[in-house]
Amino acid sequence: MSTHTEFTQTEVPDAGDNDVYATSVADEQASEGAHVFNASGGDWNDLVDEATSLGEERIVVNMGPQHPSTHGVLRLILEIDGETVTEARAGIGYLHTGIEKNMEYRTWVQGVTFCTRMDYLTPMFQETAYCLAVEKLLGITDQIPERANVIRVLMMEMTRISSHLICLGTGGMEMGATTVMTVAFRERERLLRVIEMVTGLRMNNAYIRPGGVAQDLPPGCIDALREMVPEVRRGLGELEALLNENPILKGRTVDVGVLNLAGCMALGITGPVLRSTGLPHDLRKLDPYCGYETYDFEVKTRTSQDAYGRLRIRIDEMYESLKIIEQATDRLQDNEGPVMVADKKIAWPAQLALGSDGLGNSLDHIREIMGTSMESLIHHFKLVTEGFRVPAGQAYQAVESPKGELGCHVVSDGGTRPYRAHFRDPSFNNLQAVAAMCEGGQIADVIVAVASIDPVMGGVDR
Amino acid sequence: MSDADTTHDQGSGLSSHELEVSRPGASTGPEVIGVRKGMFGAHDGGDTSGYSGLRREIVVAGAAERPYGSYFDEIADNLERGLVGGTASYAEAVDRVVVDRGEMTVHVRREHLLAVARVLRDDPSLRFEIVTGVSGVHYPDRAGQELHAVYHFLSITHGGRRVRVEVSCPDDDRHIPSIVSVYPANDWHERETWDMFGIEFDGHPALTRILMPDDWPGHPQRKDYPLGGVPVEYKGATIPPPDQRRSYN
Repeated sequence: MSTHTEFTQTEVPDAGDNDVYATSVADEQASEGAHVFNASGGDWNDLVDEATSLGEERIVVNMGPQHPSTHGVLRLILEIDGETVTEARAGIGYLHTGIEKNMEYRTWVQGVTFCTRMDYLTPMFQETAYCLAVEKLLGITDQIPERANVIRVLMMEMTRISSHLICLGTGGMEMGATTVMTVAFRERERLLRVIEMVTGLRMNNAYIRPGGVAQDLPPGCIDALREMVPEVRRGLGELEALLNENPILKGRTVDVGVLNLAGCMALGITGPVLRSTGLPHDLRKLDPYCGYETYDFEVKTRTSQDAYGRLRIRIDEMYESLKIIEQATDRLQDNEGPVMVADKKIAWPAQLALGSDGLGNSLDHIREIMGTSMESLIHHFKLVTEGFRVPAGQAYQAVESPKGELGCHVVSDGGTRPYRAHFRDPSFNNLQAVAAMCEGGQIADVIVAVASIDPVMGGVDR
Repeated sequence: MSDADTTHDQGSGLSSHELEVSRPGASTGPEVIGVRKGMFGAHDGGDTSGYSGLRREIVVAGAAERPYGSYFDEIADNLERGLVGGTASYAEAVDRVVVDRGEMTVHVRREHLLAVARVLRDDPSLRFEIVTGVSGVHYPDRAGQELHAVYHFLSITHGGRRVRVEVSCPDDDRHIPSIVSVYPANDWHERETWDMFGIEFDGHPALTRILMPDDWPGHPQRKDYPLGGVPVEYKGATIPPPDQRRSYN
């Protein structure tokens, strides 16, 4: 631990040339003559009077990182002139958890447990991107059982709807429409109930594993799916009735947060923001994975380039996702089969079972390895503690997450742990568009523009 | 030491740099990047398996020879043509091309990265509109090319073609030209790679830390930066932090 302390922030170095905390000449020049007002108790009027008496026009306001409508710990640095935003910058990093670094110290399978926590609203997408990349490194992409791929698609599409619902719900709440929020969260519960039924968890599932999925669908899942889809479809109709032609909503979102195709291309924007410019870019069609080319669905686009268009695209996409869920349900009902790759040197040995306290090892499996088969026990122990080795090399796999292109770059040195795992989170990239979308608009429009990007700071900061 | 876990077995092998000199024929075959010793690769105790003398080479795909297959030949041809008349020819700019697992990696010499990026974006036959960021990789044992910056390009025009561009720089001269002037989208990604690996992207408009605090010392995702952590007590036993647990390689 001795080497660690020198990197912690609590140890303040001696003042001198190496003092990283010292104010530099540039800092002093930049802040010279600037007035800083700290609001910490007291009468706000005093503060306002003081600011007014100085007669300064340039006001820089920090919106966040604790502002309730900035989607978590996003810090927006706004320079305002009255109500007009003249400059906008996003400050991130408040939720940095070092997930990528941590993954280098766990086995390949344990990596799933970490990356699922990045963008916590789209856990299945990180898991799938990571697992597809690891499978590409292992060279087993073609050996993934059909049923596993269908389950992956099913889980991803359910997650897509739940993520879009959060986007609309919180976006509505930020604009003052709490009914939108309650409807969206009510519908999300229906999806989460099925996700919980399958994985044992509502989020941070760690369900998709290199080689397949953790376990097959539980009994009754197909029925639950068939029951859930029409209910969600009805709920979406309710949401549409609340939103689509709502004059207040349209007043807040139409022609707000505009970013055209050239802007999207320059800033590498993907997802609903890009599709709101009319470009039907969707990796599920362009570069299919998990068998998406065999499903019947459309890529929804609009040409308004604004926050309203993105909202409508998200609603339309949820209907498309429901179509995919129905098709996947049919396939799962018709075809039994394994859900994990046949190679026992990769496939997770433990059979999981859903107990009253969540997902755990199945008792049958424990009885077999502890009671009857020494070889199984050794095999289980080796795979779980040591893990499998992945041939050296690198791979990149991208999936279409609800927010855009989610890429995973994994590097192996031939060992049992990822040598490097990097995630290209769509929110991280898309947040770069804040300045382009907000400058010149009103402060209130900043909230709408950021909500239309739908950033989740867990994914942005990783 | 914490970082020994991941770098141990690379340290035991030869660096790729040396191998390129000693094995001229390596360009066509797989490239050996290290040697794995023993059965499990555990470093904190004896190998009781009886296979401690086992030595296995760690190989990665070496430079590919034409034809590359798929659309990769077309990309290479168009890149070669697009670079004509520019600051560097294809042979000068591209160190080698690796085709592995259905992906094409173009290793570009760092001084010519900007020229290559410009051609990738502007040439109608290439037209990679989107760069999906830069991912840093730290190989402490590859002398002279410890730090790698890996870029992934996507072409929507050409139906989802992808190409990976890999650039390396030595640890004592951590400079790679910024491609933000060509791909503004790479702004934050380069800041992240600077933050995490200490690669300085020359020409970046404002290369500051993005995830770590501004005054943070060190670059956390380098292999010589410890993971840190505290021992945790669980059911009466003490579990050491992840980087000090027994590990296999």
